[in-house]
Amino acid sequence: MASNHKKIALIGNPNSGKSTLFNALTGLNQHVGNFPGVTVDKKTGSLSLRDDAGVKEKFEIIDLPGTYSLYPKSVDELVTFEVLCDPENPDYPDQVIVVADSTNMPRCLFLATQVIELNLPTVLALNMADLAEKDGLQFNIEQLEKELGVPVVLLNARKKSDVRQLRDLIAHPPERANKDFIHVRDFSPELLERVREAVKVNSDYAAFQVACNHKFISYFKNHPDRSEHIQELVKEHEFRPYRFQADESKKRYELIPGIIARNVRQAKSPREHLTDKIDNVITHKVWGYVIFLSILFVMFQAVFSWATFPMEWIEYVFTGLTEYLAEALPPGILTGLLLDGVLAGLSGVVVFVPQIAFLFFFIALLEDTGYMSRVSFMMDKLMRRFGLNGRSVIPLVGGFACAIPAIMATRSISGWKQRLITILITPLMSCSARLPVYTLLISLVIPSEARWGIFNVQGLILMGLYLLGFVAAIVVAFLLNLWLNEADRSFFVMELPGYKWPDWKTIGYTLLEKVRIFLFNAGKIIVAISIVLWFLSSYGPGDRMQKIEEKYDSIELVEGGLSADLAAAKGSEKLEASYAGIVGKTIEPVIRLLGYDWKIGIALITSFAAREVFVGTMATIYSVGDPDNETSIREKMQSEVDQISGKKQYGLPTGVSLMVFYAFALQCMSTVAVVRRETNSWKWPLAQFLFMGAMAYIASLITYQLLA
Amino acid sequence: MTLDQLAIGDRALIKSYSEEDVALKLMELGMIPNELVTMIRKAPAGDPVAIKIGNSVLALRVDEASAVGIEKIQ
Repeated sequence: MASNHKKIALIGNPNSGKSTLFNALTGLNQHVGNFPGVTVDKKTGSLSLRDDAGVKEKFEIIDLPGTYSLYPKSVDELVTFEVLCDPENPDYPDQVIVVADSTNMPRCLFLATQVIELNLPTVLALNMADLAEKDGLQFNIEQLEKELGVPVVLLNARKKSDVRQLRDLIAHPPERANKDFIHVRDFSPELLERVREAVKVNSDYAAFQVACNHKFISYFKNHPDRSEHIQELVKEHEFRPYRFQADESKKRYELIPGIIARNVRQAKSPREHLTDKIDNVITHKVWGYVIFLSILFVMFQAVFSWATFPMEWIEYVFTGLTEYLAEALPPGILTGLLLDGVLAGLSGVVVFVPQIAFLFFFIALLEDTGYMSRVSFMMDKLMRRFGLNGRSVIPLVGGFACAIPAIMATRSISGWKQRLITILITPLMSCSARLPVYTLLISLVIPSEARWGIFNVQGLILMGLYLLGFVAAIVVAFLLNLWLNEADRSFFVMELPGYKWPDWKTIGYTLLEKVRIFLFNAGKIIVAISIVLWFLSSYGPGDRMQKIEEKYDSIELVEGGLSADLAAAKGSEKLEASYAGIVGKTIEPVIRLLGYDWKIGIALITSFAAREVFVGTMATIYSVGDPDNETSIREKMQSEVDQISGKKQYGLPTGVSLMVFYAFALQCMSTVAVVRRETNSWKWPLAQFLFMGAMAYIASLITYQLLA
Repeated sequence: MTLDQLAIGDRALIKSYSEEDVALKLMELGMIPNELVTMIRKAPAGDPVAIKIGNSVLALRVDEASAVGIEKIQ
């Protein structure tokens, strides 16, 4: 988005309906990126308005993360603080809109008066006018405007006509607020003067904030000389940030009751809130968990099984398209690249959309109604022990279906350390893509009639694999919690907002946003990796590939076509001669200790695309014409004999060792891509890939050596 | 007495803070000295706790609540 448009920043408390207003202003013209250097979503959107002369002007709206004050204590708040307090910040706005919940005036005025003192053109949007009316609150808007020095709009962000007033104020912005409620200058007049000389800020209050928080501001990290200068000033004037900030908060809250008394009237007794009664059930020590488990169950069902229908349609469309293009296009490198590289990658991306949509539908619903904060409230104590957060439960359960939407769901976890640990352990949960691998291997090495007491052994092993992943996740979380340092103390102070009906539009926007992020951010990486994997398995060094082609071409000439068996044999030979085949053979000595031969080695490499690719690769290697025919794959694998030991290749030791390997290893390029996007660096996905790989290797090694 | 020691239904006035960073965080949420708080709920494990202040309900951990000095209203 071009930066010459005027910038409008939206700031507000969590649960103030800021996102709803943002959606109402920008519609679908939204873009989600990251603020530089941090993993905070930067939502921007554009809005076109006509001025009085009818000339169109475009505005850029920035949705800042929710905050209760300007003091930066978390990464989210730091972003808000930097955008508003540093005129040299690229997102420094031309106008600020403070979005506030009109039913909670004290907290709203706390943030609003802070922002007003920054001396930017400011508008106060008192949201949830409908609820305020039900509560019997009446506002004297004119008087309030006079007292605050800024235009005030009472509105319901869900109503179009209400939002129009705000659009007018964006088209015709007010003057700078130029109000000073607290007179922070009195705390340390000389210091503020000197700070204002040293940095270009617009008000005493901004200078005060800089003096208090310069240690955290990234601008100063890039200019250490200026940071030192401020530090010297702070020392010289015996400026005490903590003390003064506390004094400021106190003074502000002492000021606020007066403003409210003069401008807000309680016309009738407030409606009775059901919230308290609902909470008696929802956070009950028995019913609370029953309800939560039921919700988890439905969510899991949705992502695990309902989503498979649209996923099958998507696969059907892509298969049809690939078949059609394979017929229509002349064979060659470009066709191969397009079909087996790009199209395969795209299909691998799009196929996740239903799961993402299903999971986020539920998450957005739970967030929007206010239930999610109750989940945190109930689960916090339990999860805290492992360095996790109450909100980690949803991603972890989601991980049993698919790690991709689950990792994207960690956005709602506020502490960075808790969020990171959740991201790192979620792929250890046995996702649905492991299931085809598990079932193939279990049926291969465990007789279906095997029983242990009254239990079917196949079923027990499958359950054991799920448990294995879960226990590993808990242990890893525990270790990471000990090992990772937390930059600052994490707080768990949050509002339990009143329950409300979900706003379907807001939920729709959330779904759209998540799908977009996945398609355009992670999608690029997935397609790129898919192309690399296609290349590795389709090309080989020297002229071996060509010789195989020639060999089968001559057979084709003689016999007038290739039988299905021969075509499958050709595929198998080509795979063996390819780079993937060569890598498979090269790593054979290393994986030999786990009980694997080079054929499995190839499958380990190709199934980095996604775990279930293991089954398809096995079909190719054992030249089974139809990769969906699991019985014939199984038969071929069953008759495979180890060339060195002369024993059956897929005995119990190798089979179980492979299952353990897939339980741990991060064999999923989409997860890698999503972790990259969610942590905004390659460091964490790489670390995760390595530690999960190491766990897989060691665990499989032990398994194989014990069983062999 | 500290905030975490209140039983459900108890009311108290906030008097002091024993930790600076907790103080800053809670004060911006309206928990300033001499303000009235009511303990309304505790999570099943007894931690975190939920208190009512003004019109809204805040959840905080026992760890944080124990940094808030209060005077119970009988």
